Amino acid sequence: MNRDFWRAFARNRGAVLGLAILGVVVFCAVFAGVLYPQSPWDMATVPFQPPLSQDALLGSDTLGRDIAAGIVYGARVSLLIGLTSTAVALLIGVTLGAVAGYHGGRVDDAIMRFTELFQTIPNFVLAVVLVAIFTPSIANIVVAIAIVSWPPLARLARGEFMALRSREFVQAAVTAGQGTGTIILRQILPNSLSPIIVSASLMVATAILLESSLSFLGLGDPNVMSWGYMIGAARTVIRQAWWMSFFPGVAILLTVLALNLVGEGLNDALNPRLARKGRA
Amino acid sequence: MGTGQTGSGVPPDVHDVPPDVHDVLLDVRDLTVALPEGAERPNAVENVSLQIRKNEILCVVGESGSGKSMTAHAIMGLLPRPHVKVVGGQALYRGRDILAMREAEQRALRGGRLAMIFQEPMTALNPLMTVGDQIEESLKAHAVMDRAARRARVVELLAAVGLPDPQHLRRSYPFRLSGGQRQRVMIAMALALEPDILIADEPTTALDVTTQKQILNLVAKIQAEREMGVMFITHDFGVVAEIATTVAVMQHGRCVEVGPAERVLNRPRHPYTRELIAAVPHYIEHRDDFVRKGEALLKTEKVSKVFRLGGFFRKGRTLVAGEDISIEIHAGETLGIVGESGSGKSTLGRCIIGLLKADGGRILFQGRDLVTLSRRQFRPVRKDIQMIFQDPYASLNPRHKIGDIIAQGPVAFGEGKARALERARELLRLVGLPEAAADRYPHEFSGGQRQRISIARALALDPKLIIADEPVSALDVSVQRQVLDLLDDIRRRLGLAMLFITHDLRIAAQVCDTIAVMQKGRVVEMNTAREVFQNPQHPYTRTLLEAIPGKGWEIPEDLRTRRVVPGAESLGQEAGA
Amino acid sequence: MAGIASFLGRRLIKSVFILLAIVVINFLLVRAAPGDPAMVMAGEAGAADEQYVEQLREQFGLDRPLHEQLGIYVAGVATGDLGHSYRQQRPVWDLILDRLPPTLILTGCAFVLALTAGILLGTLAAMNVGRWSDSAITVLALLSYATPIYWVGLMLILLFSVQLGWLPSFGYESIGAGYAGWDRAVDVAEHLVLPAVTLGLFYMAVYARLTRASILEVRDMDFVKTARAKGLSETRIVFKHVLRNAILPVITFAGIQAGHLIGGSILIETVFAWPGIGRLAFDAVLQRDYQVLLGIFFVTSVMVIVFNILTDLLYSVVDPRIEVA
Repeated sequence: MNRDFWRAFARNRGAVLGLAILGVVVFCAVFAGVLYPQSPWDMATVPFQPPLSQDALLGSDTLGRDIAAGIVYGARVSLLIGLTSTAVALLIGVTLGAVAGYHGGRVDDAIMRFTELFQTIPNFVLAVVLVAIFTPSIANIVVAIAIVSWPPLARLARGEFMALRSREFVQAAVTAGQGTGTIILRQILPNSLSPIIVSASLMVATAILLESSLSFLGLGDPNVMSWGYMIGAARTVIRQAWWMSFFPGVAILLTVLALNLVGEGLNDALNPRLARKGRA
Repeated sequence: MGTGQTGSGVPPDVHDVPPDVHDVLLDVRDLTVALPEGAERPNAVENVSLQIRKNEILCVVGESGSGKSMTAHAIMGLLPRPHVKVVGGQALYRGRDILAMREAEQRALRGGRLAMIFQEPMTALNPLMTVGDQIEESLKAHAVMDRAARRARVVELLAAVGLPDPQHLRRSYPFRLSGGQRQRVMIAMALALEPDILIADEPTTALDVTTQKQILNLVAKIQAEREMGVMFITHDFGVVAEIATTVAVMQHGRCVEVGPAERVLNRPRHPYTRELIAAVPHYIEHRDDFVRKGEALLKTEKVSKVFRLGGFFRKGRTLVAGEDISIEIHAGETLGIVGESGSGKSTLGRCIIGLLKADGGRILFQGRDLVTLSRRQFRPVRKDIQMIFQDPYASLNPRHKIGDIIAQGPVAFGEGKARALERARELLRLVGLPEAAADRYPHEFSGGQRQRISIARALALDPKLIIADEPVSALDVSVQRQVLDLLDDIRRRLGLAMLFITHDLRIAAQVCDTIAVMQKGRVVEMNTAREVFQNPQHPYTRTLLEAIPGKGWEIPEDLRTRRVVPGAESLGQEAGA
Repeated sequence: MAGIASFLGRRLIKSVFILLAIVVINFLLVRAAPGDPAMVMAGEAGAADEQYVEQLREQFGLDRPLHEQLGIYVAGVATGDLGHSYRQQRPVWDLILDRLPPTLILTGCAFVLALTAGILLGTLAAMNVGRWSDSAITVLALLSYATPIYWVGLMLILLFSVQLGWLPSFGYESIGAGYAGWDRAVDVAEHLVLPAVTLGLFYMAVYARLTRASILEVRDMDFVKTARAKGLSETRIVFKHVLRNAILPVITFAGIQAGHLIGGSILIETVFAWPGIGRLAFDAVLQRDYQVLLGIFFVTSVMVIVFNILTDLLYSVVDPRIEVA
C-alpha cells in the first residue's frame, strides 16, 4: 500500500519537483534565524540597492532592508497561516459536510443552504472586512481565511459521506450492529480521506495566496514580515526598483506552484482514475 | 464455415454451419484485438472467425471478459483508442475489409450499412438533444434528404419501433423516456438508413424482464421484415433460445463453438458450452414442497413505505415503494420475493432489517413488532436478521481485512477479538474459501469469492433469518450457480429461514420453496414455487412467466442433474457443531 | 417552459433568502466593528459631547433591543440606506453608485475573456491530449493558477507600460485629455486591457483546466460512442455532443466563482488605480472606514447573486433537464 503510493507519486515528475521546492521553502522557514540572524525589519544596507550587490543578494528595499532576509522570514508566516487556516477550514468543513452527508434529509438541507450562503458571499471581500474590523493579527487572519475557505470542503465531504453511506459495506456494518460513531470513524472516514487530503493540499496553496493578498492590501499582521506586504510596500516604486516586488512574487509563485504540483501527485497516487470511476 | 483451416485454434468438429457464401454479409476472419500492456491477458480477442448472413440472427454468448463485446466494437471501429487495437485479421463486409479502410470510408459504412445498439439505454442517448434530432443526425450524415423528408422519416421510424405518438415524441428529450422507450429510440436510430447488419450489444440486459421480452420481439420482427443480419451479444442462454438462428460461444477471447441454435442449445459439444448451459437457472421439478409448521418466524402485515423527495425550496414528490405488503416466512423456509425494478421488493427487505423505517403496518419477528422499536430496542434483533447484498464490489470495505469484516458483527456484540477472528476462519472454510483469506483485503478476490465472504459475514452472528438481496445478479452464470448452490446448502444444513429477493423468476424457481410476486408495492400472489409456476393465479404473474426468455427451451436432460457443491466436505463438521 | 419558469422562480426565492442572510451578517458585523457606533459617529462628525452622542443613539435606534435594531437596519437597506461615511461626508450608497460602472465594466470584460479563452484553451488541450499543445496549456494554466494576480498586474505594468510603453499603467481614462464619444471609448478600452487581462488570466486558467477535464470525461460516455456508431464526423461529435455536455459543469463553476472574481477586482483596481468599488474598498481599509467597507460587502454580494441568476439562465438555455433537477 505504502510502496504503491510512493511509486505512483514518484511517477508524476511534477509532483517530485513540487516536493523538492516545498522542501527548500520549509528549510528556509525553519532556519530563517540561522540564515539571517538579523531581524528582517532592520536596515541592513543602503536603500535601493539592486540585486547582486555586495550586502544584499536580492537587493534592498526603500528603507534598506534586505529583500532576501524578508523572503526567508516571509516563508514562515506563509506556511504557518497556510497550514493552520487549512486545518481550521478542514475542521469546520469536514464536520459540517460529514453531518450533512451522513444524516441527509432536513439536517443536510439546512447545512447545505448555510454552505451555499457562504459560497455566494464574495470570499475575498468577506476576508478583507473581517480582518479590517477585527484588526490584523495572525490569529484573526487565520480565522478569516478559514471562514471563507471551508465551503468547498464541506461540499466535498458531504458528497463522499453521502455516497459512502449508501454503500453496501456501510449498510452491512449497520446490520452487524456497529454504532454510528464506529461506522463513521471506521467505515466511512478512511474511505473518504483521500479526496479530502488532496483538496486540503490545494487549499494550503489557496490560503497562502489569500494571506499574501491581504497583506498586499496592508491587512497583514504588522509584526511579521510577509511576502504580500513586501510587494505592497514596493508597489509605488515599481518603476525605479522592480526587484523589490519581483522576488517576493517569485517566492509566492514557487511555493503555491509546488503545493499544486504536490496536490496533483497526491491525487494521482490516492485516487487512481479507475478507482474514482468505480465509486459511482 | 470453413474456418477450421485458417488456424483459429478451434477444433473443426464444433463448427458445423453449412457454407453458403452468397448470403454472407460480414465475414470476420481471425480477428485479434490486443490489450494494453499489463492487462490480465495479451489479447482481448484472439483469432475469432465469425460470419453474419442475410436474414440471420447470430448470437454471440459468453461471460464477462470473454471478448464478445470487444469483437463487436472492433467491427464497428469503436475500440477505445489508442489503448486497445486490432492487431490481426480481417472483417470483410461484402468482400471489402472494413479494418483496412480509411477512416472516411469506415464512417460511411458505420451508421449507414452497419448499425449498432448498446447495453445501457439510459446513457446511450445525448441528454441535451431531442430524440428526433438525434435520429435526424444519422440521416443528415449519410443521406441526401431535405428537412421535411428527414422529419417524415423520423416519425416513420419512431412509429416502426412501436413508440406512441411519434409526432410529439420526436421533440422529447431522453430524460422523459423510460429505459425501454430509449432502447426503442436507439433501434429506430440504428434502422434509419436501412442497414444490412445490426449489431446489438446486450441490448436487453439493463431492462426489466417484461420490457426485455418486448425488445426481443421487436428485434426479431424488424430483422425478419428487413431481412437483416443481426449480431446479438448476450450472456443469457434464455435470450439465445428466444431469438438465435446461429450461436457462437466465446471464452477468454476465443470462439469455442459455433453452430445452428437448435444444435448448440440441445446438443452442446464443447465442455465450456455445456458448463454454461448447465448453469442456466431453471425450475427444478423434483423439489419437495415446503411444509409449514408452527408459528411464523416473520410475518409482515400491511407494511407500507413512502419516500418523500425534495427539500425546503422544492415541492416534495412522493414515491410509494410499498403499500400493503403482507408476507409470512417460517423457520427453514426460503421465500422468494420476485418483482421488476421499482416493485418495492428491496424496500421490503430493508424495512425488515431496519435499514429503513416502515411508515405503517406491522413487521412481526418472533411475535415482536419491529416497526415500533426504537434504534436501541432494535439492536438485539440485529443478531437474528442478517443480510447478503447485491454488489460484491461495494459490500466489503476495501480498507479492512476479510477476517475483520466477518468478525465485525460478533465484535460489535461484545465478543473477544481473538475468538471472533477464529470463528471468522471457520466460516471462511464453511463457504469454501481457505482460512488464509482472513488476512487478505477484498480487492484480492473475485466477485464470486466476495459473495462467499458476504455469506460468511452474514452467518457470523448465527442469525435465524437471512435476507438475500439479489445476491447473484452481479455475477456470471457459472459463478451464479455455485453461489446459489452454496446458499441453498448452508441454509438447509443450518435450518435458516431465507428471504430471497430477485428480479429473475428462474433463479427464484431454483432456490425458493415459496414465491411472493410483487408489483408496484403490492404482493399480488404468494404460493408455493410449484403452484406459482404451474398454476399462476394473478395476470401479472402470468405476464412475468410469459416473459421469461427461452421458456420454450428445455435444458438438455444430461446437463440438468449436474450440481457441484463446493466446500461440501467442511459442511458436515459445521452442521454437527 | 413552465419547468424553466419554476426553476428560475425557485432560484429567485432562494436568492431572496440569501440576500436576507447577508443583510443579517452585515448587521452583525456592523455591531462587531470596534467602538460604540454612536461614539464613533460623533467622533467622526467632530462633536463629541454627551448630549449629541445620546441624540445620535436615539436617532439610529441604538438604545433599542438588538432585534429591533436589526429591523431598522433591514428597513434601511431595503430603501437603499447603507449608512453614512463620515470620513467622506457622503452616504455610502452614493459613494458606491459612483464607483459601480467601472467595476462592472472591468469584471464583466474579465469574466467574458476568462470564460471564452478558458473554454477554448481547455478544448484545444483536450483534443490534443498528451501532445505538446496540451502540455503547454496545462503548464500555462498551472502557472496562472499559482501566481498572485496583483503581482501579475505589477509585472505586466513593468513589461507593457514601463518597458514597452504600449499601454497605460493606471486609471480609467486619460485625465484632462477631454476625449468624447468614440475617442473616449478607445481611451477607456486602452486603459482596460491590462487590468481585464490580469483579472481574467487566473480564471481563464481555472476554466481551461475544468473544460479539459470535463471534455475528457464526457468523451468516454456512452452517447459519444453512439454518435460515433452513427458514423458522424469527428468535428460534429466534438461540437454537437462532447462540448455541449462538457460545458455544463464549467458554467456551474463559473457561477460559483463569480464571487471570487468580484473579490479579485479589489486587488486589480488597487494595482491599476481603477476607480471602481475595489479601489474604494482599498481606501476604506486604509482609513478604517467600516461603513463603506460593509456597504461594499453588501453590494458585491448582490452582484454575485445577480451573476448567479444570469448563469442559471444560461444553464436553463443549455440543459433541458433543469426542470427535474
